[in-house]
Amino acid sequence: MKVLLRNPRRELEVDGPLRVDTLLGRLDINRESVLVIRSGELVPGDAELADSDVVEIRPVISGGA
Amino acid sequence: MKCRVCRGPAVIDLKAHNANFCPEHFIAFCRDQVAKAIKRFDMLRPDERVLVAVSGGKDSLALWDLLVDLGYHADGFVIGLGIGEYSDASTAHARAFAEQRGLHLTETSLRDDHGFDVPTAAEVTRRAPCSACGLSKRHLFDRAALEGGYDAVATGHNLDDEAAVLFGNTLRWNTDYLGRQRPVLPARDGFPRKIKPLVRLGEREMAAYCVLRGIEYIVEECPMAAGNKHLRYKEALNAIEAESPGAKHAFYHEFLSKAADRFEADTAAASGELGTCERCGSPSTNEVCAFCQLVERTADAVPVSLGARRGGRR
Repeated sequence: MKVLLRNPRRELEVDGPLRVDTLLGRLDINRESVLVIRSGELVPGDAELADSDVVEIRPVISGGA
Repeated sequence: MKCRVCRGPAVIDLKAHNANFCPEHFIAFCRDQVAKAIKRFDMLRPDERVLVAVSGGKDSLALWDLLVDLGYHADGFVIGLGIGEYSDASTAHARAFAEQRGLHLTETSLRDDHGFDVPTAAEVTRRAPCSACGLSKRHLFDRAALEGGYDAVATGHNLDDEAAVLFGNTLRWNTDYLGRQRPVLPARDGFPRKIKPLVRLGEREMAAYCVLRGIEYIVEECPMAAGNKHLRYKEALNAIEAESPGAKHAFYHEFLSKAADRFEADTAAASGELGTCERCGSPSTNEVCAFCQLVERTADAVPVSLGARRGGRR
């Protein structure tokens, strides 16, 4: 599957199928810090991602105090 | 994963609440949390007018949407900060949000209306850009609220923001700051009431709310905030939260209920006597307020482009 990351913007190829939680764990990303979006839809931690999916991992932390 | 309310397919899991939600019930959950915060901390009455401090980011746009949905008369105010394309895109999101919903948005520009921008102010003052940015926002939002006859200014500070500020102030025992870290600051001495209705919702919830409501916001991080202390505190708290869901909520809300009162004397002792700025008439502890001083200091400065700015971030 194609995985889009931001800050900085980059793209990864990851073999599917696998669960959202597993993908985040493999990329060492804390679930509290991101949303996972597939084709414009939010997907929860237990969702299964297919090899053909395009997935955005969107950071949610902003720096202004 | 099933929605806690309807047992339909869930799109988000909130470990801190031990709950999963479908889109409809997640949006209802967010509305409930904001309504609860407004009531618990006596932020706004139904007939009051509120000015939302809008940035074009997820928190302020979600806040504006939620306040309007809850029936409040909420207008927006956005400041062009002059941080290159980031500021242009942020303002464009705010404008599009207001236009699509027929809401009233007032705009001002630091460069066009006050003669400087955040990168130039950071260069001239040799301080972190967040310092000039925060100072300008506080000054201009306060003034806009008072001049527009609003009852309060609402900001999009969420639970993660407040927990991170509390964490930083606790690390250094800044007791005068701890005494004023409240979700409501009452109007006083020429300052409008300030409210933070998102203090029961985290950053992930606010981003999810925007995605589910179709709110387009600036996803990119401010290029001038990258790597700042506030972000590092948030990362540290999220690492704790992952092991102990609900830790951020407990840290901040238990502070409010059990500890904030204890620091009020320190806050009062650190507050100087307020007079009036001789230039703009805003409340100030000096003859000229910090914002007018900044305008003066940057008046002859050559505008700094982002790429040309020196290092020296905090």
